[in-house]
Formats: sequence, C-alpha cells, structure tokens
Amino acid sequence: MNILVCLKQILDPEIPVRDFRVDPIKREAERGAAALVTNIFCENALETALQFRERTNDARITVLSYGAPTAEDALRKALAMKADAAALVVNDGHAHPDSLTTARVLAAATRKLGPFDLIMCGREAGDWGAGQTGALLAEELGLPCVAFVDRLEQTDGKLRLKRQTDTGWEVLEAAPPVVVTITNDEHNVPRIPKVRDVIMSYRQPLTQWTLDDLEINADEARAGNTYYEVVDLFIPQRETRCEFVAGDTLDEKVAAFAQRISEITSAL
Amino acid sequence: MNDVVICLFAAAGFDRAAQGLAGAGRRLAAELGVRLRAIVIGSDADALATEIARIADAVTIADQTELAEYQPETCLRALAHLSVELQPRAVLLTNDTYSQELAPRLAHRLGGSAVGDGVEVRVAGDALRVSRQVYGGKAQALIELKRTPAVVWLRARSFAPAQARAEVCEVTRATLEIEADTRTRIVKRKREAQGATRLEEARVIVAGGRGLGGPEPFATELQPLAELLGAQLAASRAACDAGWVPPTWQVGQTGKKVAPDLYLAIAITGASQHMAGISEAKTIAAINTDPDAPIFKHCRFGIVADYRKVVPLLRAKLAELQR
Repeated sequence: MNILVCLKQILDPEIPVRDFRVDPIKREAERGAAALVTNIFCENALETALQFRERTNDARITVLSYGAPTAEDALRKALAMKADAAALVVNDGHAHPDSLTTARVLAAATRKLGPFDLIMCGREAGDWGAGQTGALLAEELGLPCVAFVDRLEQTDGKLRLKRQTDTGWEVLEAAPPVVVTITNDEHNVPRIPKVRDVIMSYRQPLTQWTLDDLEINADEARAGNTYYEVVDLFIPQRETRCEFVAGDTLDEKVAAFAQRISEITSAL
Repeated sequence: MNDVVICLFAAAGFDRAAQGLAGAGRRLAAELGVRLRAIVIGSDADALATEIARIADAVTIADQTELAEYQPETCLRALAHLSVELQPRAVLLTNDTYSQELAPRLAHRLGGSAVGDGVEVRVAGDALRVSRQVYGGKAQALIELKRTPAVVWLRARSFAPAQARAEVCEVTRATLEIEADTRTRIVKRKREAQGATRLEEARVIVAGGRGLGGPEPFATELQPLAELLGAQLAASRAACDAGWVPPTWQVGQTGKKVAPDLYLAIAITGASQHMAGISEAKTIAAINTDPDAPIFKHCRFGIVADYRKVVPLLRAKLAELQR
C-alpha cells in the first residue's frame, strides 16, 4: 500500500492567549516567540499511517507539505518518526493561501509523487481551521473522501475505516485509492521521535520543488485568494466578568452557586 | 435562480441545528431579496419537510432508495445534482458530521467557494462574507467568498430560529436517478450510549477536565450531578486524550462545538482550544481551585474550591431547591 500523508506546519496553537497578537494589516497572527510545529491532526494522520504499516508490514509512507522553507523541519520530524520519503513544495506566494489553492498544489505534487492507494490529511489545522484541504484534494484528484477517520485496517484489498460522528462512530469500507481526513483519538497520539533519529533525518534525501516545478497555474497559486480571502482578522473583546459566589463558608458559597444554576435550569 | 438553498438530513429531524439553519437561510434570503429553498435528504423526510415548509418558499425532498441512508459519495452526487439545477446564490448547511464532510466537495462540484463553522453570514456588495473563529478561538476572521455559489456550513445552533408561518409552501418530491457510488460504503453505524440528546443539542452540559485526576469522578461525581440537572456529560481534550472518557465527549476546537444554555466546567483550566468549543454557550460557570484559571475569564459565575468538596454539596443543595 502506497500512502501519502500531507503535513502542515503552523504557529504553535498552545501559545497562551496573553501572548497572542494579530497583525491586522497582514491579517495573520504575529509570530512573536511562538514555535512552529506540525499541526496535531497531521501528526495524528502520520501516526495512524505508521501503525498501519507496523500491523500490515506492507506500506510505504511519503510525507508532503506545501509551506514556507521552514516546513522542511516538519518533514524532517516526520522522517525521524520513520516516514519513508518526504517532499516539500516551497510556497513563495501568499503566506496563508485559501484551501483550494493548497489542495491544487498538493494535488499537482501528488500526481508527480504517486500513484497512491491512500492519501491522508489532518481533519483541520490549528491555525485557520478551515477543515477543507482533504476534501478539496479528493475532488482535485477525482477520488472519494471519508472524513474524521481515526483508525484503518486492510481486508481483502479493501480498507476498513473507523470514523467518528456526532453521535458515535461508523465503519466504512473503501476501495483504494481514497482520501481520508484524520481526527484524534487515544490510539493515534503521535510518537516522539528519538533525538538521534531527528539528527539522522537531516541526512536523508528530501525532494524540494517550487510552484514552477508543478503542472499548475503558478501565478494563481501565488495569489492564493481566488477561492476565499480573509478580509478582516481581530481579537474579539470579551465582556464577561466572573462573579465569584459570595459566602463566609464553603456551604454558603455552594448554596449561592446552586441558586444561580437553578435559576437557569428551572427557566428551561 | 440565485436563491438561497438550505440542505438538511431527514435523520436529524427538526432539531435546534435545523431550526437555526432555517433561520439563517430565511434571513439571508430576505437580505438578498431571493427565495429560500430547502433540500431534505434521506428516508422519512416528510415530518421535517412539513416543518421546513412553514419557513421556506419551496421544499424539495430527495427521494430515492439509494439515499435513504447516508452514504458520502452517493449523497454528494445527489446534492450536487439538485443544486446545479437550482443555480443557487448560496447553499447553507449545519455543522454536523455529514454536512462538514460534504460541503467543501459540494462547493468544488458547483464551482463555488466553501467556508465553514460560520457564526454570521453578511452580504457585502456582490459578495458574501462569513465570520468565524480562527487560531483556536483566539481570533475572529471575516472571510469573503470569491466564487458563486457560497457554500457555508454554520454553527447552526447559535443562529436564531425563524418564525414559522401557518401556511406551508409547496413540497416537491424530486425523483432522482443518481447512480450509487460504491467506492466507499458505510457498513456499520454505532451510537454511543449517552442518553437521547446529542451533545450539540444539549441545553445543559456538565464537563470535566484534567483536574478530576482520573476517570472515576465522571461516574461517581459528575454523572449524578448531570442527572440532577438533566444535563449531558462532556470533557476537555486532556480528559479524552488520557482515555478517561470516549473521544466523542470532547468539547473544544478539536472536539465538538456546543451551544448550551448552561455549561458547567468542573476542574477545567479553560485552554483557548477548549473555549473555542463553548463560545456559543449562553452561560458558563466553573468550579476550579485556581482563581487565575483562564476559564474564569469566560464565566458568568464561579466558585474557587476543590470539586471534591463542592460537587457533593452542590448536589444536595440542588436537590433541596428542586423539592
């Protein structure tokens, strides 16, 4: 099974609120002291692929990213986690391209790297959270797509996909090739690569392309805004002020707390 | 032509999400001065179609055996087929699993643009603009859709419902001949046993976090409290990642987005990724030992104390009040 995992490098989403600033002109978050990390759902996807390879002994995993030159680090980490090959399409255009642009770039790179039986993306990214890249990539490639998958198995040349829904879970059978978007569960927490493997990963080959190397409208890709455009970005003001319930003893405080809760629930 | 179309799955019924979607669609259609059309897909669609027919100007039931149960590829074909015929200005959906799965692909097939998780849809000249949270709820973005139709999935529960009319509009059964796409197939559907109400529909939610210290308090402390309040149980990412409760309980940017009247957060710090899931809650209250916990910045009221002491007392007080 030939597997492609798409990875996005993002600003560390765990940055505390007090350190978070936006640049309203560039309409992006300020980098500040924040680290760049691999989007968690992309790492969940890679982990799911690695476990699949361990179970089946029959998979080759390629990782692909479209991003700034720094995205090489995300791919090196993936190699350290034991992906088999890596490719980076360097983005020298719009720093935050819309989802369709990203999907088209990834699709063009996928055609060059493939064919693949299984293409995996994170369900959304921790920065813009658009949640569209996987689905649009499937459309660009003319493939079916299953969202919110957290586990995969192989049976009789077909894939069995378990995915989360609003109310529980579902199992799907899919005939490869197929695109899946991966969500997190307790089984696909990404492994931590060994320091030695991280160092070694920088000696491994890594394919680098520019947009001009792909069969794609490179100008449109650089513009990155023909699908949608962020026209405003701001930090919303919060008006809530917490009232800490009053009372001399815990008993009195809890009584006041219960009263407030009861006022809301009895009105429902 | 140029109408606003809302897409609903019959299986979910006329729930709060469907009501919010219909409300959002009604208001957008009024602002654009166009008609509101609804597509209802799935078996047993009549009840939902009748409700929607009191709000929309036209309702189409996608009627075909192959569409009785949701299958991603076949359902997408049907929605694309029906939407192409209607040539809509905008297609609105809720943010349930299936709508999120299909919306970007539907936009692609219609040559339009999609955006998701919208909390507001505005008309700006010829374009539609959608407000949504980004950066894990730390910022808000206004996104302009560059192609038509605009396909938008909404945090539908946070939109006000529309006033229903006494009279119903025309309900049409579209007889489709969509070829089933069998490249993927749902072979098993499993509901988590968590009462009848979905978390997204719950009006009261009791949620536990890392500070609970383990899985047991969910059963021994939070469950009885939730029963007393008629609430659904939920959890933070930390509690789910630790395997204390199923991942379907997770609320936050990486979990469910909920909109209850009351969200009671117990031993939850309130990381921004968690808050991103409850920004539509009407009232947030918290129990936490740390007065500086970020959760309190979002709370209407709170109590700084150990939940182990508070929750048993709280149950007793609530039981008293209910008598």
